[in-house]
Amino acid sequence: MQPKFYRSHVLICTGTGCVSSGSKNIKTELMSKLLDYGLENEVKVVETGCHGFCEKGPIMIVYPEGVFYCHVRPEDIKDIVEEHLLKGRIVERLLYQEQPDTEKIPSYRDIDFYKKQHRIVLADCGRINPERIEEYIAVGGYEAAGKALTEMTPEQVIDEVKRSGLRGRGGAGFPTGLKWELTRKSAGDKKYLVCNADEGDPGAFMDRSLLEGDPHRVIEGMIIAAYAIGADEGYIYVRAEYPLAIHRLEIAIAQAQQYGLLGKDIFGSGFNFDLHIKKGAGAFVCGEETALMASIEGRRGMPRPKPPFPSVSGLWGKPTNINNVETFGNVPYIIKHGADAFKSVGTEKSTGTKVFALTGKINNTGLVEVPMGITLREIIYDIGGGISQGKKLKAVQTGGPSGGCIPAELLDLPIDYESLQSVGAMMGSGGMVVMDESTCMVDVARFFLKFTQSESCGKCTPCREGTKRMLEILDRICSGEGREGDIELLEELGHHIKETSLCQLGGSAPNPVLSTIKYFRDEYEAHIKEKRCPANVCAGMSAAYAINASKCIGCGLCVKTCPIGAITGERKKPHTIDANTCIACGACAAKCPVKAIAQG
Amino acid sequence: MKSLAELKQLREKLQQEMSARNSEGKPKIIVGMGTCGIAAGAREVLQAIINEIERRNLDVIITQTGCIGMCEKEPLVDVQLPGQARITYGKVTAKDVERIIVEHVINGNIVTDLAVARLEEGEI
Repeated sequence: MQPKFYRSHVLICTGTGCVSSGSKNIKTELMSKLLDYGLENEVKVVETGCHGFCEKGPIMIVYPEGVFYCHVRPEDIKDIVEEHLLKGRIVERLLYQEQPDTEKIPSYRDIDFYKKQHRIVLADCGRINPERIEEYIAVGGYEAAGKALTEMTPEQVIDEVKRSGLRGRGGAGFPTGLKWELTRKSAGDKKYLVCNADEGDPGAFMDRSLLEGDPHRVIEGMIIAAYAIGADEGYIYVRAEYPLAIHRLEIAIAQAQQYGLLGKDIFGSGFNFDLHIKKGAGAFVCGEETALMASIEGRRGMPRPKPPFPSVSGLWGKPTNINNVETFGNVPYIIKHGADAFKSVGTEKSTGTKVFALTGKINNTGLVEVPMGITLREIIYDIGGGISQGKKLKAVQTGGPSGGCIPAELLDLPIDYESLQSVGAMMGSGGMVVMDESTCMVDVARFFLKFTQSESCGKCTPCREGTKRMLEILDRICSGEGREGDIELLEELGHHIKETSLCQLGGSAPNPVLSTIKYFRDEYEAHIKEKRCPANVCAGMSAAYAINASKCIGCGLCVKTCPIGAITGERKKPHTIDANTCIACGACAAKCPVKAIAQG
Repeated sequence: MKSLAELKQLREKLQQEMSARNSEGKPKIIVGMGTCGIAAGAREVLQAIINEIERRNLDVIITQTGCIGMCEKEPLVDVQLPGQARITYGKVTAKDVERIIVEHVINGNIVTDLAVARLEEGEI
């Protein structure tokens, strides 16, 4: 049957970011307005995955013109339908602007945020409907799997991936082809393939976005990998708190089965592959491969010592290959376009691209895919649009709780596995939290350590006890009770925990502390010696706020804002803050309409 | 899926589903949809164009434009083949659509009796 022709396609982003900014309502409104104007048979509405520019959501793209509308609200739909879809006039006020005084940019391709990106993994994310395998096939999907299974031997597939230089995108950067080869060469009649989608770093949403926006690409990568290592069964381990990703994966797997792309005798090659989804309960430690496998087997998610490595003894004791979502997402491109095309992007040792989730004090939060070797400066200023509210950059945190903080002085550092490691951070899965001058680095270190400490599974002593002790020290430093020698103690504990923990959760947990001590030792010293928090964040030692009586108009906003009721005063008369009760959170100062409140 | 060839065949078939999302190097039909155009019947013409394209399974981009000032000659339909001059047809009716599409879009010959203007490439 011939597919129906629509003259215009309206793409609405339904990634988690845009859904939470209201894209579902936009769609409902659009459908009803299209009916009102009798355009339902001419205009097709397509729900897509994440476009990356979450900051501007809900995002809508209208084809064939390729017009990019941002911050679309239900009340804008009437204009979009009547002006654009009916009469062909672009709705100017919804177009993107780099700056309030610069020109409006109608086309997707001309926006700075996208110009410096290089999209391999996210190429079709936001371009196709993730719930229709037909659209993935229409843009060339599953051709790489077809090529691998019918025209290449498993060894040739492994060789191509090895030659491409692809390394694990989960963060550690182990060469993918080599990993596959080890599993292929392991003796065993049954082998498993696992996709690690247990994305757990605070602020990271790369894997979720890829699974939501282009699930078939990951499945295709897995088919190719399974063929290469000789596995006939695979698992995608994804956390239950990613309901949309799971929903779309379920649809995608069912569709792939329907088309005979999963199951028996795929492409008539005699190769069989079945794929299951295993929902995880969201424990951070389950991102560690041995804990993840224990969880799939139905046991408590705890790591075990290695060796034996999963490639020798993994799931149910069988040779198992585990890769991250984004790693699989690169595989179809490598097979289809060849290792050389892939290698032409990136640096010599870190080939290809990396997807980052940009969050924190940055103007353009969102999802970006950049060539390896790009500098932090380019990511933050050219793509990310700089620091919000014109503040100064202080540091960038990469790699989540396992990574470290990179200070602003190292802004020209190229982003690749080795460079990041050399400064005490790591690639990690791709979370990138941008921090400005109002951030207290001791507090940041405490935040991440608190996370890993509560996620520690408790199996080994260094991680269980060591992170607890480190956190106690940080807690006392932040509350103004830091002691002489605390910094040295943190360093000593940190190094021991790193060296003696059973798995990489403990092995990397001290990184945020150690890297902040390395680059921001003066802030630790100010907390301990001067009992002062330079960024005025740590409540225990910040000076209380006070109201300037000559400026105060007695509006009472601060009274309502104060979370602990430290402010009193009669209406229309100057108010006062009780300095002993004040926790110096600054909420009142931010709310005051006449700027009468400041730290005393 | 029994072979790579079968997949490629399926892709060919499915491509039209996506065609509106890639306009590069494709013939373009532009319909004047100002108030004047709509009043003169541009909606019906547009519908006829869509039907014709669907029936013939053509890879063509359809866009609209606002009033260009020749309200007298509405409905106006422009055809632009890649790298060629943009031809404007005036007083187009639904029954002219098939002729314009067959003669101009498919065979590349301008329908001279309906044409009212010609814009060279790059000249707007």
